[in-house]
Amino acid sequence: MPTEILYGVEVALNGLMAGVLYALVALGFVLIFKASGIFNYSQGVMALFAALTLVGIMEGQVPFAHLINAIFGTKIHHFGWEVPALLAIALTTIVMVVFAWLVQRFIFRHLVGQEPIILFMATIGLAYFLEGVGDLMWGSDIKTLDVGLPQGASFWIEENTAFLGGEDFYGFFIDKLDVVAAVVAAVLVAGLVIFSQYTKQGRAMRAVADDHQAALSVGISLSFIWVLVWSLAGFVALVAGIMWGAKSGVQFSLSLIALKALPVLMLGGFTSIPGAIVGGLIIGVGEKLFEFLIGPMVGGATENWFAYVLALIFLVFRPQGLFGEKIIERV
Amino acid sequence: MFYREAGDFKTSYRDDSQTFPISFDRWRYYAVLIVAFGVIPFLINDYWANALLVPFLIYAIAAIGLNILTGYCGQVSLGTGGFMAVGAYACYKLMTAFPDVSILIHVLLAGGVTALVGVLFGLPSLRIKGFYLAVATLAAQFFLVWLFNKVPWFYNYSASGQISAPERTFLGHAVTGPATTASAKYLFCLAILVVLAWLARNLTRGTIGRKWMAIRDMDIAAEIIGVNPLTAKLSAFAVSSFFVGVSGALFFAVYLGAVEVGEAFGIQKSFLVLFMIIIGGLGSIFGSFAGAAFLVLLPVVLKVIGVDLLGWPTDIVAHIQLVIIGALIVMFLILEPHGLAQLWRVAKEKLRLWPFPY
Repeated sequence: MPTEILYGVEVALNGLMAGVLYALVALGFVLIFKASGIFNYSQGVMALFAALTLVGIMEGQVPFAHLINAIFGTKIHHFGWEVPALLAIALTTIVMVVFAWLVQRFIFRHLVGQEPIILFMATIGLAYFLEGVGDLMWGSDIKTLDVGLPQGASFWIEENTAFLGGEDFYGFFIDKLDVVAAVVAAVLVAGLVIFSQYTKQGRAMRAVADDHQAALSVGISLSFIWVLVWSLAGFVALVAGIMWGAKSGVQFSLSLIALKALPVLMLGGFTSIPGAIVGGLIIGVGEKLFEFLIGPMVGGATENWFAYVLALIFLVFRPQGLFGEKIIERV
Repeated sequence: MFYREAGDFKTSYRDDSQTFPISFDRWRYYAVLIVAFGVIPFLINDYWANALLVPFLIYAIAAIGLNILTGYCGQVSLGTGGFMAVGAYACYKLMTAFPDVSILIHVLLAGGVTALVGVLFGLPSLRIKGFYLAVATLAAQFFLVWLFNKVPWFYNYSASGQISAPERTFLGHAVTGPATTASAKYLFCLAILVVLAWLARNLTRGTIGRKWMAIRDMDIAAEIIGVNPLTAKLSAFAVSSFFVGVSGALFFAVYLGAVEVGEAFGIQKSFLVLFMIIIGGLGSIFGSFAGAAFLVLLPVVLKVIGVDLLGWPTDIVAHIQLVIIGALIVMFLILEPHGLAQLWRVAKEKLRLWPFPY
């Protein structure tokens, strides 16, 4: 095969891996949207917050250390112990569950029945709030997250694909972390599907997603389901935060992955889990290939907007997305 | 006690439907105008102009613009930053291409260019709604910022990729460039703001404003009673983008003087203006002013309290500011969805009865 095509394939493969990560974030959006009709802009900041908390717990940082130091003039920063990764992940999950409960108790319980766009704006406010709290709690410096995931290029793939091309082709360059992320995402999706299909809580969740009032009338507790859903979204955010954090460090730009996930959702439809995954893959591959093929002609860095413009054009022809439910409007 | 409509007889429909039906309000309005035009320009110094007054005036224009689109027509836009960038770059290109033409005309033309771009990006609103549209406007935000970053023609091939405003005068006084005095900046922005606010107020209570509000309240029902959604939505996008474009042009030419597009007109700016109209009040011209004033004032006040008085590091104060803004947004949405404007309205209702309860 000619080397250019092989490079193209490599770019597409890397795009596929990036797409898996987008899908992972988009999944959190879909979960909350299905169950409560809330379009949760703060999902990206939740991923950032989860990753910050994870690093903070692992390194034994004192929460709000900077603030306490500023107020009382002390100089505390670390407890002086280190927590193993698995325990820290468990603790962070608990933090995210508490967060879910707080969000439900103090914000969205008071906004039941409001228009979706109001709820959306409330989550933008929540995103700002959470970002501020995260920075105050753990500091805003860039942190490295190492939970023992394999990193770096996979030589095995590189060596075993080198024969495809000629002399100047050294095989596909694929990050091990991306492979792990893809596997984790697949497991997570399978787990969520099994959870929502075969457990009692999962059935209740789907009932709420179908019709709030009908679900209430058969005795399902709405507020419990919402806390559950926000917790699940928090957990998905944690996983996404670990993946992205391990890839490029835990920093503010992590929260911008939410902006990457939005076009994924528009493409896949807001209510569809398979849609989130297919949409993520399309966007991931599409933006990498576009940057590879067209990018050099127009000055590069097209990744910032390509996904949006693709989704926008797509929406004009199919407003409900690829897998979304048909939108029926009544007066 | 003086705040009564008693004795203030209206003898024509024109009197009855005026913006300030209570004479006290009218006098207060004239007094504010007199102070703004006649007193402040003589007292103003660089700190007050650059930290508070000029950004307030410019953001108020942007907030009125977004309020027309979001508050009156119900189309949420997250592309304000991008449209402000269009205004700024259009103004820059015009200023450098036609140095002899008045800056005022450049600013207005920049608004016109932005209106065209706004209509273009408003086209999807005919098919998609709600947050689908909100997300679609993000496409405008990212695409426009990228465009101005990557196409050298827009920044006249300057090495830094920045645009900086050359000196231009208006009525013999420099209003852009380094030699501008604080009062010239202030008066130039103020005059444009007053005219635009007057325009917005009269647009929104006329036929076209009612059409916008009909679309906002329920677009299908509006269509059935004969409001053309095509013209209503696109006109809202056009007018809104015009305002936003003018504010972007002023923000660049008068306030900052030199901008780098990603920093000055990034997505944070879109959110900032959206927050202004949420806190100020959706669907209210006064709310746009109140929200702009509030969010321009808040960082300054926090900085004075946190950094200057308490001696905290600036980054902590910046984080606290994020927390406060986020919490305020959520609180306003829960407790008072109509924002500061509604609080003001309630206060006025109370005042009309005071001191007698009935």
